[in-house]
Amino acid sequence: MKHLYFALILLVGMSTSVIAQNVASVNLKNLEGMTVNPSDLVGKGHPTVICFWATWCSPCKRELNNYMDYYVDWQDETGVEIIAVSIDDSRSMSRVAPFVTSSGWEYEVLLDPGRDFARAMQVINVPHTFLVDGEGKVVWTHNNYSEGDEEELYEELLKLVE
Amino acid sequence: MRKLFLFLCLGLSAFASSIAQNEEREPGVVTGNVSILWQSYQEDSLIGAVVPPSKTGFNAYSNLIYTQGNFSAGLRYESFLNSVLGFPGRFSGTGVGYRFARYEDREKGVDVTIGNFYEQFGNGMLFRSYEARDLGLDNAMDGIRLILTPIDALRLKVVYGKQRLDFEDGLVNGDGIIRGINGELSYNELVSKFNDSKLRVNSDFSFVSRFQEGGYIIRDDRILELPENVAGWEVGTTLQYGTWSAGASYTHKINDPSADNGYIFKDGEALSYFLSGNVKRFSFLLHRSTSDNMSFRSDRDLLLFDVPINNIPAITKPHTYNLAATLYPYATVINGESSFRGELYYSLPRGSKLGGKYGTKLSLVFATAYSLDTTHYDAQSTERIVDLYYRNSWGFGETLNVQDISFEIDRKFTKNFKAKAMYMNLRFNTLAVPVTTDYKGIVDANIAVIETQIKTKKRQSLRTEFQILTTKTEVNDEGVEVKQDKGDWATVVAEYTWSPHWFVGLIDQYNFGNPDESKRIHYLYGSAGYINGPHRLSIGYGKRREGIFCVGGVCRAVPASNGFEVTFTSSF
Repeated sequence: MKHLYFALILLVGMSTSVIAQNVASVNLKNLEGMTVNPSDLVGKGHPTVICFWATWCSPCKRELNNYMDYYVDWQDETGVEIIAVSIDDSRSMSRVAPFVTSSGWEYEVLLDPGRDFARAMQVINVPHTFLVDGEGKVVWTHNNYSEGDEEELYEELLKLVE
Repeated sequence: MRKLFLFLCLGLSAFASSIAQNEEREPGVVTGNVSILWQSYQEDSLIGAVVPPSKTGFNAYSNLIYTQGNFSAGLRYESFLNSVLGFPGRFSGTGVGYRFARYEDREKGVDVTIGNFYEQFGNGMLFRSYEARDLGLDNAMDGIRLILTPIDALRLKVVYGKQRLDFEDGLVNGDGIIRGINGELSYNELVSKFNDSKLRVNSDFSFVSRFQEGGYIIRDDRILELPENVAGWEVGTTLQYGTWSAGASYTHKINDPSADNGYIFKDGEALSYFLSGNVKRFSFLLHRSTSDNMSFRSDRDLLLFDVPINNIPAITKPHTYNLAATLYPYATVINGESSFRGELYYSLPRGSKLGGKYGTKLSLVFATAYSLDTTHYDAQSTERIVDLYYRNSWGFGETLNVQDISFEIDRKFTKNFKAKAMYMNLRFNTLAVPVTTDYKGIVDANIAVIETQIKTKKRQSLRTEFQILTTKTEVNDEGVEVKQDKGDWATVVAEYTWSPHWFVGLIDQYNFGNPDESKRIHYLYGSAGYINGPHRLSIGYGKRREGIFCVGGVCRAVPASNGFEVTFTSSF
């Protein structure tokens, strides 16, 4: 019975709604210790790529290392900004800053140790990548990373600036 | 309670829509995800795989979140029909395991959630409610959370509720009640002069109390009353200056006799501090931590994965390579340990003689944990009965729990070829963290890994891993030389991907050096999958070795199995 109630509540709510993802509003910390809300970083007229990753996730690190090879060109052509959201918890969160510094990543790196942002973005496992358009709408997502996926992302990026 | 929840839910919903109606009505947004895991089981006496009565295991979850302006509500529907092997077997049935309604007004600094929520105070040593779903750990709060930001410099969180314990056709909460408050203060926001200072200073203070009906225990003819209210508090500060960062926290918990600590009344304490930074191309991290009797649960009589209020993270780094990660995974000794970790990273510049065209990355990680430096009270004393021991210092005790040294080198050689090599020496006390029943004492293991990645064609690549683990040879009671524990292992992984949609993979774990020749088994497992954006389907077949999953001071054994596995995940 109680399930029925919930289903009804949700249905009433959904009857006027759309299925589309926005960037959720969650307060996170960046590596400088400042509070940053990722929803404030998007919708500024240029595309944004949000990558969920962790220091213990090999494919995530491959993905972000590979993006670094193209980042300057992508920025020139599309104005894209990349945000790398680490879901490392208190066990490995302190490793994020030295790892990022030594990797030479030039992304805005945010910390989501409680996975609040990941949960709000419906992320089940990492890597999970979102492409957000200049208005702040999620237009493309990819769960997983294999070599060459950056080419698909690049094609999607170009579509946004055409 | 349920009706109240629904009532509040509707109330908040109406409130939110009335607000929205006054202004321009934004359309509501629905998002969700689905995750399905199905396993079939075949008997395999060689690896000790058994078939459960239901012959298959099925875990499924689906989250739905409805958001309209400042209002959101959601639920997670879960099915354990029956739960896959290695999960808590008592998770059963199908129903709603998590539901919440939330109203958040960022401008006015008010955020209220009713129903379920996850939350963490400070570094989690006092309070951390979270889920590690693949391990079957979920201590979600069920109650009310209020987050207030009266001024930019201060954020206050208040939580009140029970904790998730079990799942039987729906959420089952534990007995205890948790009440907590946390304040986070940013000095830079507080003093306008420092608003834009490069030095950032944040502090936080937490207080958490648990209520559980009392009772008493009898020890040495004395009746000891169990405390009904157990409180703990924590203070912490972090300093940040560019890429440099330092922090310290202290946690204290009053008497909390529990099944974990053998019902002693000694106070719990924890101290942790770290420093990280970089000099030129070097980056480093130093982390020191001691925790003493800090197990804290909303039910004093429960153990392992059940209703932990806090989380004491393990000092070792989470390893990514299979043999290093799954044979001897370290978990914090929950009754107390003193530990240290140092990490050093160095990047050889691109184009240099040693660094090569694309540069080379090096890392060295050292982590160790020892028992506490303690003294037991005299056998006949009252203190012995009540507190058992006292701690002499925050330093290391005599027993080694773990020592983990690993060195990694990562280099891209050409546009189409990169490789990584890892060497690791591990000393692991299986009496402190019982990850194996085959050996009691300190296992001394060496692990070497080579990983390569070759781009074979446009958007296609082959990744391989070669791993070897050897354990020390020692003379046993019968005077025969044998390898420690399960002896030597080798693992080969090969994975071929066609970006962006397809992958196939094969893993073979071979216990070639097991002292027992009948156990020199190949655990061969193959998988293939299809990915399309946020949707991912994979099918695997083969033998899955028995393994250990550890989190926050506890480990769970997953039995060996043989059969098919299908996973599907999707989000929208």
